[in-house]
Amino acid sequence: MTVADGWETYADEQQERVGFFTDTSVCIGCKACEVACKEWNAIPEDGLAFTGHSYDNTVQLDANSWRHVAFVEQEQPLRANGDGSTGLRWLMESDVCKHCTHAACLDVCPTGALFRTEFGTVVVQQDVCNGCGYCVPACPFGVLDKRHLAPAPDLPAFAKEDGRVWKCTLCYDRLKGGHEPACAKACPTKSIQFGPLDELRERADARLEKLTAAGADGAQLYGRDPEDGVGGFGAFFLLLDDPEVYGLPPDPVVTTRDLPEMWTNMLAAAAAMLVGVAAAFVGGRS
Amino acid sequence: MSENGFRSYYGRPVIKEPTWTWEIPTYFFTGGLAGASSVLSTTARLTGNERLARTSLYIGAVADIVSPALLISDLGRPERFHHMLRVVKVRSPMNVGSWVLLVSGASSTAAAALELLGRLKRVELLAEAAATLTGPPLATYTGVLIADTAVPVWHEGRHELAWIFAASAAASAGAAACLFVPAREAGPARRLAVAGVLAEGLLMQTMELRLGKLGEVYRQGAAGRLSWAAKGLATAGATLLARRGGRSRAALAAGGALVCAGELCLRWAVFKAGSQSAHDPKYVVEPQRRRVEQRLGRSQTGT
Repeated sequence: MTVADGWETYADEQQERVGFFTDTSVCIGCKACEVACKEWNAIPEDGLAFTGHSYDNTVQLDANSWRHVAFVEQEQPLRANGDGSTGLRWLMESDVCKHCTHAACLDVCPTGALFRTEFGTVVVQQDVCNGCGYCVPACPFGVLDKRHLAPAPDLPAFAKEDGRVWKCTLCYDRLKGGHEPACAKACPTKSIQFGPLDELRERADARLEKLTAAGADGAQLYGRDPEDGVGGFGAFFLLLDDPEVYGLPPDPVVTTRDLPEMWTNMLAAAAAMLVGVAAAFVGGRS
Repeated sequence: MSENGFRSYYGRPVIKEPTWTWEIPTYFFTGGLAGASSVLSTTARLTGNERLARTSLYIGAVADIVSPALLISDLGRPERFHHMLRVVKVRSPMNVGSWVLLVSGASSTAAAALELLGRLKRVELLAEAAATLTGPPLATYTGVLIADTAVPVWHEGRHELAWIFAASAAASAGAAACLFVPAREAGPARRLAVAGVLAEGLLMQTMELRLGKLGEVYRQGAAGRLSWAAKGLATAGATLLARRGGRSRAALAAGGALVCAGELCLRWAVFKAGSQSAHDPKYVVEPQRRRVEQRLGRSQTGT
């Protein structure tokens, strides 16, 4: 089991690390996950738009969309015909927060509002978040965002907008009650599978083997590898093409990996500044 | 969906642009000014240049009062600003910066108030010492703060950003003092401003070179215009300070104002470049795809 940063501190209260395996090869683009997520988590409506990008009018993961189904339309050669003719391939993928093993959002959060739960997931405490927005550009997947909608009743009367950061909690409240997250529960094709991460990884390996044997060339697991730039995802994927086709970064790296080096560098720059100021006094008053 | 050799999802951004508004790049300037002014003030005091010491002390204190106001105003929930201080967290440059700003701001404003009142000389010296020690980190941590993100042009500029901010802070502290100090006392401030501008120009050039293709962001759109403005204003100001600032009070003040304006533009250029590089998926996807291909290539030759 890969240890997620902070998860080991729970001692007796530590639970098995859980997550999602989203198998996009069986996704039918029904968006039941999006709806179930919005319903269960009482996420406010954030406007209706028509993008013209296939069936995707949700556009992205943000403060008000914690599941997002991507629709990709591709012209592909029809192998069975063998005459160079092509047909339309429709790829669908239900995207979600990756609940990274090494989570940049969690690292950079200055208030401790973002925390690692006993299940190894990453959650924002809404009563602590002060909307500084640091996690927003820190996330290598663009998952987190500030909510600009009307304030919730728990905020002071002068608040003009919510102003806090929101993202998938992997249904922390449902996990506490021993239930699976709403999206996984609602998924009619088992494209979204919830469970202990170790088990999901085994299941994913078997599924990939089967698809590869059946000739799905581009099929790949995304975020399954505990050795990748974020230490593996708590919510990983089986994709049928490269990640960037779905709007995902091909080789995400947790930015804080380089932080020790950055601090050392800063101390050197700060020292140089002291010396520089002192040097300006050589040569007299005028 | 192949466009210019990389693939994307309808050309949509992969990462989110910072949600920070005008207060943050402005704070990069005021925070740098505050930190470097504290150092300039104390050094002037140690060399017996009281006029410069007092001026920089006041400039630093004003910048130290403006800075937290800007930061709090940018928060989504401003009334929760003190949540920044409920933990001490080295892994969060913003948390570290909040503590540094608290100590630096409190000590520099206390020192300035005591100077103004002319009382408690010993306490004032102690406060000045604290502001001097926390000044350089205050002026440079913002470089680490933005480098510690997934924003391509910031993260890849992590080797230079803290140095650029140090040089820019030194230049603005020197230049700001030139606005208020007569020429016969302003030598150190003038030299600091000129040296800061020179150092920052070299460092920016180094960063742009090291960034490679990514460096083009600093020549495009708003970031490009602000970069040119920064270079033009700072160079004009530094030239004026170097050539005529030693004799003419007017040239000294004008040069100082130009350099300050240039440094403000520089912080804005860096800020805008970050947003632009986050917005365009090519800056996120292309380098990562190259890494993946390299790894695949290596593992193939290995087997």
